[in-house]
Amino acid sequence: MTLDSTVQPGDGGLVPVPAGGRLRIVDLHGNQAVDTLVYDAHDIDNRYSAFDTIREQAAVYLTTGSTLLSSRLDELAVITDDTCGRHDTVGGACSQESNVIRYGEFTRHQHACRQTFLRYGAPAGIGQRQLTHNINFFMNVPVGSGGELRFDDGLSAPGRHVELTASRDLLVLISNCPQLNNPCNGWNPTPIQLLGWW
Amino acid sequence: MIHDIPGGAAWSAPVRAGRVLTLTALADGANASVLIIGADRLDRLNIPDTLKSQMSACIRPAMVLMSDRGTALATVLESSLEWHDCLTGFGHDRHLERFGPSSYAQDGNGWRRSARLGLISELTKHGFGEGNLHGCINFFSKVGISDDSRASLAYLPDHSAAGDTVELRSEQDLLIFVSTAPHPLSMEPYAPAGVRVETALATEEPDLKLRDEGYRALEQTRGLLT
Ligand SMILES: [Zn+2]
Repeated sequence: MTLDSTVQPGDGGLVPVPAGGRLRIVDLHGNQAVDTLVYDAHDIDNRYSAFDTIREQAAVYLTTGSTLLSSRLDELAVITDDTCGRHDTVGGACSQESNVIRYGEFTRHQHACRQTFLRYGAPAGIGQRQLTHNINFFMNVPVGSGGELRFDDGLSAPGRHVELTASRDLLVLISNCPQLNNPCNGWNPTPIQLLGWW
Repeated sequence: MIHDIPGGAAWSAPVRAGRVLTLTALADGANASVLIIGADRLDRLNIPDTLKSQMSACIRPAMVLMSDRGTALATVLESSLEWHDCLTGFGHDRHLERFGPSSYAQDGNGWRRSARLGLISELTKHGFGEGNLHGCINFFSKVGISDDSRASLAYLPDHSAAGDTVELRSEQDLLIFVSTAPHPLSMEPYAPAGVRVETALATEEPDLKLRDEGYRALEQTRGLLT
């Protein structure tokens, strides 16, 4: 094992994962959204593309077997294990600005995933322009045939995990979501564990 | 302004705040893959934030199109269609391969170019590039969502017809990028429809049925701009 770290709620990290490496994210306490972006380590413009990934798998939710594609349709990683069942990639990350729109002005200065992405992305040159539509591991955003979309209580539970196998050298940008205003973190953000083998 | 974009082409233009921009399908089965950049030339249309704040998995009237930084870029005022796809992105060169090779030398101005290529070209004209690509709206297209365990998707080939329209009101100065290349999930023969773009001054405040989040986005944006 080459990585074993705990990420507190509201914190995050930029994790280099070499081709062939496996990164496991463990939802230690259950119902904790883990906002995640993936970049080609050698060219950050070749980055995870949620909508290319959705289209090419012809399904909205991510789970075992989902191939995470880049904006150039390169394979970045494959979800090779998933004890949660499904994950969201349509709901985006929380930000101070979108919190104001969704919940009101009182949330303006609450901590948000976008702040964590900007902080940990900066050393790799990942800024506003490079922040694209992310994955929300362990988050439950059901969509349906009537065109509806909701944020629901999580499907996850303590100890459930998801594992990515890198198809090339990657930078994985993670924000352990601090959102307090919807059920995506069970109203109580909790720590996660990152385990890596490479 | 009025302009007819032929099928399979790309186009871009600045649109000042307070205009109504009308897109009209000029033939059946049109697709207009659209990106929007706000007044500061950085803030982009953000599909996830637009969807989650208005609890919709597609674009339909009346909704506010929101940016990365929580401003209202445009409001979808009206449309003859209740569903415009925004979950499946724009087409790549790979999606045109089934039609065989194509080039200017072989096919003249009817040569087949992907939405991605066209959008990058238009972005570059305004000083942007590949790095500014983001989730798009595929106006006039519908990719149906099934209620199964994975929310499986299926493109609906007969969703739109000639004469279908969508009206957007610009809530700040915008740059609009449009590709009329086929929807990437369409399995129809290559015959992309043209799309008419018209702008007019927004004269009245229509009675919109927005969710509270939509009104808050408009309020925030008007506050920032004044
Ligand atoms: Zn968050």
